[in-house]
Amino acid sequence: MEHIPTPSATVGPYLHIGMTNTHSRPRIAPEGAKGERLFLKCRVLDLNAAPVNDAMIEIWQADSQGKYNHPDDPQSQSPDPGFYGFGRSATDENGYCEFETVKPGRVPGPDGALQAPHLNIAVYARGILLQLYTRIYFAGEPTNRQDPVLALVPAERRETLMAHPDSSRSGGWSFDIRLRGENETVFFDV
Amino acid sequence: MSKVSNGQAVVRPFHRHPPGTQPERVYEPYKSTVARNPSKPLIFLPHTLSEVTGPIYGHDPIAELDSDLTRQHAGEPLGERIIVTGRVLDDNGRPVPNTLIEIWQANAAGRYRHQGDQHPAPLDPNFTGGGRTLTDENGNYRFVTIKPGPYPWFNHYNAWRPAHIHFSVFGRAFLSRLITQMYFPGDPLFAYDPIFQSIPEEARPRAISKFDLETTQPQWALGFRFDIVLRGPQATPFER
Repeated sequence: MEHIPTPSATVGPYLHIGMTNTHSRPRIAPEGAKGERLFLKCRVLDLNAAPVNDAMIEIWQADSQGKYNHPDDPQSQSPDPGFYGFGRSATDENGYCEFETVKPGRVPGPDGALQAPHLNIAVYARGILLQLYTRIYFAGEPTNRQDPVLALVPAERRETLMAHPDSSRSGGWSFDIRLRGENETVFFDV
Repeated sequence: MSKVSNGQAVVRPFHRHPPGTQPERVYEPYKSTVARNPSKPLIFLPHTLSEVTGPIYGHDPIAELDSDLTRQHAGEPLGERIIVTGRVLDDNGRPVPNTLIEIWQANAAGRYRHQGDQHPAPLDPNFTGGGRTLTDENGNYRFVTIKPGPYPWFNHYNAWRPAHIHFSVFGRAFLSRLITQMYFPGDPLFAYDPIFQSIPEEARPRAISKFDLETTQPQWALGFRFDIVLRGPQATPFER
């Protein structure tokens, strides 16, 4: 390492001017992308379980076959041409934001193990000086039991990383991000 | 970066942030950090393909005027016209080419064009305050804008933010994504601003742009340089 990385700073309360007013990407999977279509509703809550209405969530994910659209993904299959894998959205006044995507496939992990399907999440907001990284897994997915990253999380906290089916909508899932306090979401040091 | 070895994806991990180079997550003088950051330690995650890949390029086309914030309206915005330029490198010193940079800022009077900013300074009909560009093949970028004003906020009594431009940089990996604020040299508000002070003292100069006479254009605009360093991959592939 020759150079020291630039210090991070908060996005502040006016992030929308630079990032989401004109360049929001709530639809990660356009029509024609392969895979099981998901409508994911996320909510961001603070210490007092109050909605965080000025956050932004970014998602990076593999396609339905577990391939990242990135030159450093060494897997031999081609990425789904209809799918890029990046989403972002600002939260609304009630702390919610929604994404339309497809369920990712399993991507390789350490030692040749496959990871369970997951979305990689970064959370930004006023008061967050460095983005917080977490993951969304899918409750009830049998491969969660073999996932090498979930295995690093104390069993009693794994539930904080699970999205749950939202019975009000076909393909609907919901996920709460609790920044601090009771049932605080697991965040990762990456 | 990554390769397939015996059917396994071998991932080259990235450097971690060296100690003392980034702000503390909970910095009590900046009050909103307290309710919005975890109380439990983060869980150390060895890097997998999920962390070392990420959205690289711009997702929407960049228009010519996206990087010139003084030409997005019928007239010119008020304020000191400035050029902000620099290079995006990784921590190995390698340029980060074709990466998206987004900026946003207050106008010359210190007012953001945002419904959340109601402080009594005028909006400028000729200034939106948002811009974007891609770095070139050598990691260089350039914006033309006006110098933002300082502005008051509600963190504590008589709180004022030093003038700054927000930067969002994508880089090559989701883990190396950077959001920062670029400051201007010699600002008298540095000593009073908890967001600036949340950066460890030795690291603060890396958040401050430098006045640059070579970038400055005669009879037209002052030039400031702001080089940005993102986390980069470790030198040796991680083999097991």
